[in-house]
Amino acid sequence: MSTTTSTLPAEKGTSLWQDAWVRLGKNRLALFGLGVLSLLVVVSLLTPWLAPYPYDLQNLELGATPPSWDHWLGTDTFGRDLLTRILYGGRVSLAVGFVATGVALLIGVLYGAIAGYAGGRIDAAMMRFVDILYALPFMIFIILLMVIFGKNILLLFLAIGAVEWLTMARIVRGQVQNLRHQEFVEAATAIGLSRWAILHRHIIPNTLGPVIVYTTLTIPNVMLLEAFLSFLGLGIQPPESSWGLLINYGVETMEEYPWLLIFPGLALSITLFALNFLGDGLRDALDPKASKD
Amino acid sequence: MLRFTLIRLLQAIPVLFAVVTLTFFLVRAAPGDPLASDKAMPPEVYAELTALYGLDKPVWQQYVSYLGNLLQGEFGPSFKYVGRTVNELIAAGLPATAELGIYAMLVAVLIGVSAGVFAALRPNSAQDYVPMSVAMMGICMPSFLLGPLLVLVFGLWLDWLPISGWGVIPGDKILPAITLGAAYAAYVARLSRGGMLEVMSQDYIRTARAKGLPEWRIVFKHGLRGGLIPVVAFLGPAFAGLLSGSFVVETVFQIPGMGRLYVQGAFNRDYTLIMGTTVLFATLIIVFNLLSDILSVWLNPKLRQQYQGSSQ
Repeated sequence: MSTTTSTLPAEKGTSLWQDAWVRLGKNRLALFGLGVLSLLVVVSLLTPWLAPYPYDLQNLELGATPPSWDHWLGTDTFGRDLLTRILYGGRVSLAVGFVATGVALLIGVLYGAIAGYAGGRIDAAMMRFVDILYALPFMIFIILLMVIFGKNILLLFLAIGAVEWLTMARIVRGQVQNLRHQEFVEAATAIGLSRWAILHRHIIPNTLGPVIVYTTLTIPNVMLLEAFLSFLGLGIQPPESSWGLLINYGVETMEEYPWLLIFPGLALSITLFALNFLGDGLRDALDPKASKD
Repeated sequence: MLRFTLIRLLQAIPVLFAVVTLTFFLVRAAPGDPLASDKAMPPEVYAELTALYGLDKPVWQQYVSYLGNLLQGEFGPSFKYVGRTVNELIAAGLPATAELGIYAMLVAVLIGVSAGVFAALRPNSAQDYVPMSVAMMGICMPSFLLGPLLVLVFGLWLDWLPISGWGVIPGDKILPAITLGAAYAAYVARLSRGGMLEVMSQDYIRTARAKGLPEWRIVFKHGLRGGLIPVVAFLGPAFAGLLSGSFVVETVFQIPGMGRLYVQGAFNRDYTLIMGTTVLFATLIIVFNLLSDILSVWLNPKLRQQYQGSSQ
């Protein structure tokens, strides 16, 4: 990222980002992940127009039916179209994934950068605090929060984000600590740049690689967490739809209507699969040291 | 080594203290009356109960007395299971959870390590891709989905295994253990593959090959020890995951363990039960993280020297 300028008519260099793109392009699984993710984002944005039925339209006379021409993925016990429910559920799951990851990203990067850059006692105290939060059984912590303060979706975002920032902070701090002693940072200090300027102009941009990788891997984690909480009845509340909630319903009736479990399960698994592949691919692409093929 | 262990032990104390304090005040901050129930209660009974649980005292006094009791290993009486202490409830639930956790860990380590090492022996071949793709699926298949699917296929359709219970019908422990262990087996497989790949490209492995050692000795004696360091480091945190995984698995398979106890306690606003289980879970997690830290230092000669040399 820091381009080296030299007076020699040196060979044309390629930046880390260009290299990364090339490497990512060679990784079929990662491209598949990127494709699935893009498709999911587009479909989620267009759901109100794409969905064949309103998401809460009931047809009690119809009841649960297996996949058919009218209802591609069948209907649930209330006669609601499953495809529609999955589309709307995907919207919620994806939104939770992105927003909570965003919260985690913001807190984690700032916190880690400050700790790593400050160093010494401040760093020790800040990381000790992270250790304490780490030791807190976070699933219990989230369940506690949801039970105590009611099941609202905003709190869910915050709670998940508040847990997921810890690892981010650790990663960023480690990176910053390394960078702090690099020559170009010392040079910046020498020419009298303020701490804040060094932090946001030199340090943070240089930590981007690992941050991007970890962000991509956090999104599926968060979606999983949301599904888990909704499955326990602590996350998204009906009549809203989310994949965890659909799976929960599917489990109750799986003996008679297995498709109600299988299709939402497939939607969740494929998404998590794709996102994990993308994250792995990005790691290989952005962190050449980590991949030794 | 001893010094390192002692320092880590001492560091665990403030962490534990913070966990207890945070849980205590978080639970106290909950809106709603913990003693409220559906039935109307005569005021005398209510006052008596309030006094019994110490709820009439100021919060800081409750906190101090809770800490005091905790130091003696007393979690106090349960709010909802009248006449039983949290200690009794935990004692009743812990064995099932511990057993489930051990089986799941066995599933994770045995399957995970063998799959990972197997894949690492021939990187980028079918022998590598097939187990690793399966592992990826294991990671992407959450336990609340895998469990019901296993029940559906092996319990309901094929009718091979019991679908719920714990220690009632022979074989009813198989599906829960697999459900809980599967995701960890997948992680362990990936980690041991990565660790083995790294170690097998080291110079000392080449030296061992040059000496003419048989391949199995290179893999098992020289490779595994270094290659499994990431796995050991993972096992501590994995234990924490196992505990929260047990919420789902115990609910799905109706196992009377700690996970179900906790979820019920949370729904019932059983203050003392929530606090007791949280403190216990936290302690267990801290202890297991500590053990895995110590074990990874012991396995890694470089780190070992560092801790013996300096007085850090």
